[in-house]
Amino acid sequence: MTATELTLQATRMPAVVAATSPTVQAVPLKMRARDLTVGYSGKVAIQDVSIDVNQNVVLALIGPSGCGKSTFLRSLNRMNDTVPGVSVSGHVELDGEPIYGPEVDPVLVRRRVGMVFQRSNPFPKSIFENVAYGLRIAGVRDRAVLAERVERALRHAALWDEVKDRLQESGLRLSGGQQQRLCIARALAVEPEVLLMDEPASALDPIATAKIEDLIAHLRSELTIVIVTHNMQQAARVSQRTGFFYMGRLVEVGDTTTIFTRPKERETEDYITGRFG
Amino acid sequence: MASQTTTRIRITRERSSRSLRRQGGLGERFIELAIRAVALVSIASILLILLFVGKEALPLITSGEVHREVTLGSMFAPIQTANDMAYVWQPVSETPKYNVLPLIVGSLKVTLVALVFAVPLSVGAAVYVSEYAGPRAREIVKPAIELLAGIPSVVVGFFALIVLASWVQKVFTTEHRLNSLVAGLGLSFAICPIVFSVSEDALRAVPRSYREAALAMGSTRAQTVLKVVLPAAAPGIAAAIVLGFGRAIGETMIVVIASGNAALLDFSLDRSARTITATIAQELGEVVVGSPHYSVLFALGAMLFLATFVVNFFGERIVHGMRRRLGTVS
Repeated sequence: MTATELTLQATRMPAVVAATSPTVQAVPLKMRARDLTVGYSGKVAIQDVSIDVNQNVVLALIGPSGCGKSTFLRSLNRMNDTVPGVSVSGHVELDGEPIYGPEVDPVLVRRRVGMVFQRSNPFPKSIFENVAYGLRIAGVRDRAVLAERVERALRHAALWDEVKDRLQESGLRLSGGQQQRLCIARALAVEPEVLLMDEPASALDPIATAKIEDLIAHLRSELTIVIVTHNMQQAARVSQRTGFFYMGRLVEVGDTTTIFTRPKERETEDYITGRFG
Repeated sequence: MASQTTTRIRITRERSSRSLRRQGGLGERFIELAIRAVALVSIASILLILLFVGKEALPLITSGEVHREVTLGSMFAPIQTANDMAYVWQPVSETPKYNVLPLIVGSLKVTLVALVFAVPLSVGAAVYVSEYAGPRAREIVKPAIELLAGIPSVVVGFFALIVLASWVQKVFTTEHRLNSLVAGLGLSFAICPIVFSVSEDALRAVPRSYREAALAMGSTRAQTVLKVVLPAAAPGIAAAIVLGFGRAIGETMIVVIASGNAALLDFSLDRSARTITATIAQELGEVVVGSPHYSVLFALGAMLFLATFVVNFFGERIVHGMRRRLGTVS
């Protein structure tokens, strides 16, 4: 980040952040959405969502199935563009730059905003090639550089010790939890600034889930994470901020402890206490 | 919270449905038997065809009378002609010459030409239909290509003879109007639909999650296709090529019409070729039953049969090996 960018952010930040949360004031803004509305073939999936994503903070998005939290997540890296019949209006910024501008290449957005999916989806390639994929398409050829970056990403994803002796094996041979960490390593290899996680542990057993959650806690120091989860305990464990979606609207967003102990909205409270969901 | 909506669900089931004893076995067993019989009939007919062809070719090995004209070994050895030793197929000359190498080379040459044209075209079309085309374009392009399979091969042959031959002669200025290039081009029409169809299925079978992962990594569409989708579909595309090979080497009518039918041991593309299939088709009708020539033709048929069998067998193994390397099967 350049010096001018920093000053820009510093001057803009207080007004925006102070409005939404008192405790994360000092944290710079990474992404923000304003009045974001997304529809599929005319059917509205999310409406007028405005939210700030602070740097090095884990933001959890919770809400019942079909509430639009995944749709919102996928609009942060323009993955919704790949769905036929999608329409997006509103405003999303990454470091103050609009990502839906007419001159913006979604491919470049996705290189900075990585994503991990609900069901682990390693490529049918070797473990090494899975992690090296993003580097290769970005034009990295040097074998030493590739090897070094792959190792670093696998270490980051807490998978290195388990796979270092079988990097040439197919990624599909790993267990479910390992596959998901491989996908995280693959996303980390290109050093994204933001990592979007769409229920990354929902298909995993408790031990594998705990590993992913540990990982999130560690990764937070280096990047910004937005995680969609069905599991409220998970949201409480891994995030600093939480947003509650219901029927396509963002009902409430705030510090995770506040949301789980003193929510402002009745709907949030009902959901958190298990009255519906 | 749960207590307010406790309703009793009364389970009323008929006694018989709770029994663990096998029921209504007869109809079930009959259907199973019928299905098995159908499967066996198809296997049996293949075996019977092979047996019949083998039986008619057998005198080539056993009969002394046939051996005076031709043996299994002499089919592949050069033959003394007026000037020198040569590989010639002249079964109806005064001293019949049965060297099959020109026919094998002819078949392979024409098949190879057909594959060289058809595979990139068909795989490219499959990539377009499965990765790029919108729903409307797909609905037009896909049936149109598959409709090619419905054109009788005699019509394709006719087209090759009249249109393609003139065109090839004009573009490549070949001396002979009918040659391996023309026959191979015509043949590629016949194998395009099958290579396209099977490749397209293979591409469509690539899970959407792979494409999503690739796009989320910041791949362009082309990178997604080239680096993720095509490699994942490679085993299926290889299977498509094997099927195309089988179809091409067995195709008869197009090559009879468009290849020129001169049995030359020659590797150039601008001269006439005579394939194994065309030879059998043209000569079997005229041949004396039980003669050496007759046996040789059946031996050719058996060779063709074996060739497709071997190619399919190794093709299957290669495809399986590729799938294992991808990790999609263990």
